[in-house]
Amino acid sequence: MTLGDDTIALRRVALTPSGAGEGAALEIAGALKRFGRENQEAGRTWFGAARKPKELMVAVDRVSLQVRRGEIFGLLGANGSGKSTLIRLVSTLLLLDGGTIQVFGHDVAREERQVRRLINRVSVEASFFKKLSALENLMYSARLYDLEPREARERAVEILGRLGLAKKRLYEPLENMSRGMQQKVAIARGLLTSPLLLLLDEPTTGLDPRSKHDVQRFVLEMRAEHDTTVFLTTHDMDEAERLCDRIAIIDGGKVVALDTPAGLCAAFAKPTLEAVFMHLTGKSLDDDEPGEED
Amino acid sequence: MTPIPAGGLGLGRELRGAYAFVERNWNLIKRYWAWELVWLVYSLINALSITFIGKASSAITGVALTDAQINEFILFLMVGTLVWHYLSMVFDLISEAIQWERWEGTIEYTFMAPVSRLTHLLGQSAFALIYGILHTAVILGVVSLFFQVDLSKANVLTVLLVVLAGSTSFVGLGMLAAVLPLLSPEKGLQMTNIIKAVVLLVSGVYYPIEVLPAWLQPFGRVSPATFMLEGMRSALLNGTTPLGAFLPYILPLLVTGALTVPLGLYVFTRAERYAKATGVLKRNG
Repeated sequence: MTLGDDTIALRRVALTPSGAGEGAALEIAGALKRFGRENQEAGRTWFGAARKPKELMVAVDRVSLQVRRGEIFGLLGANGSGKSTLIRLVSTLLLLDGGTIQVFGHDVAREERQVRRLINRVSVEASFFKKLSALENLMYSARLYDLEPREARERAVEILGRLGLAKKRLYEPLENMSRGMQQKVAIARGLLTSPLLLLLDEPTTGLDPRSKHDVQRFVLEMRAEHDTTVFLTTHDMDEAERLCDRIAIIDGGKVVALDTPAGLCAAFAKPTLEAVFMHLTGKSLDDDEPGEED
Repeated sequence: MTPIPAGGLGLGRELRGAYAFVERNWNLIKRYWAWELVWLVYSLINALSITFIGKASSAITGVALTDAQINEFILFLMVGTLVWHYLSMVFDLISEAIQWERWEGTIEYTFMAPVSRLTHLLGQSAFALIYGILHTAVILGVVSLFFQVDLSKANVLTVLLVVLAGSTSFVGLGMLAAVLPLLSPEKGLQMTNIIKAVVLLVSGVYYPIEVLPAWLQPFGRVSPATFMLEGMRSALLNGTTPLGAFLPYILPLLVTGALTVPLGLYVFTRAERYAKATGVLKRNG
């Protein structure tokens, strides 16, 4: 299965641009996040190794951006550049040290619970109770979001079917599934609650090409059918170009460029997105930045 | 696909949210059935071993004790081992709630779900109480086959009241202890075991607290486990006395619960904010 023409058609149908400032799904203004980390060069204090002096590391450095309703927005950055920290800030899993983040007008710091009802997240690790079956894990999630159990079960079967997972696999423990299958279940968990904003943190990393295409196709279908807004981090330049309406490049916690894929290539006179990325950051996507947070 | 309508609001929603944790834990118990079986057998043998000490009291001390005295000693130890087993389970199941999620890597998904922390912890506590009672009932049933203890004076209603009151105080303690794995992914769980061990030492589980060194006895007198054990022993041996006679046991337990449950929730939410500020929420131990 390829994504070729079908994908392009889906994008054309689904893309509903809205002007800046109106209909923003996600509005990040001056977001700042710092972490303390052990300073290995500072030596030991008198009360032992466990209390080494801390130094501050800026993981997200005054980032401002806006994601429009129905948009698929990509965030590209090397390991440790601050991508996952930004997604955790939006997910209410980290507290901001400065700036604001609003999801459909709700502040993540003051209206945590309202924000949580509107979002869901798929991370690079398919984090599940591995002994439980896919269905048991999904039903746990459904109950947390107060979904009606019978309908949630039907939807779980439907989503996994569309992702290419046979119904009988639903009853197997997650630990018996391949990484690709687990990631499909993770995506089903993310979509089960019909989030208005779906946060995808490298959702296809480590997947085989077939699984990767299944996931990418489904993301586009979700946007086309439900107007779901997607905030995506990825290491895959082809994926970014294929899926994203706009892309921000983040380096050292700062956004260094933001435009459409074509706009980025044109602005920096580079033939590919990868060349733009190398030009702006001086590193490849697989390089690690010296941070403890991604 | 059409969006699934979310259920109602208010208490019903919170109860359904709490049930998510009960159902999930029950599913986990089923999947880890071999571990559970091992733990049940170990707990059963532990209870039997300790209770046999009572039966051997004459042989150990060389003093000829009457059947009534031996019966009382057996009952003293039996109540101690069963109550401690129950309280340990309640405490462990609540305090390990965070550690389980860290091991499985699901903690971020649970914490970003739209359920309040109170609902989360009460769901975990409800499961702990139900499973603790079931576990202890099985052990009681088997131990009873080995020892013919005289329970003719036992008052079942009072026993239940003492169990309920004691449970609330240990739910609060469990919530407080659950904070430790939240703050310290690497050492938190070990620290909860230290709390449990200290409570075991000072609460008169297998001996009256009067045998403790004088400086330790005040800790025993404020431990909720002490009140629960003394209340249970009194209800089983002298349960025919009026219910009012048990208020000195039940009231302190209820007061402890009324203090520790809100305190546990408050401390937990503060710890959660600290974990989110420092980024330790995602780190696995």
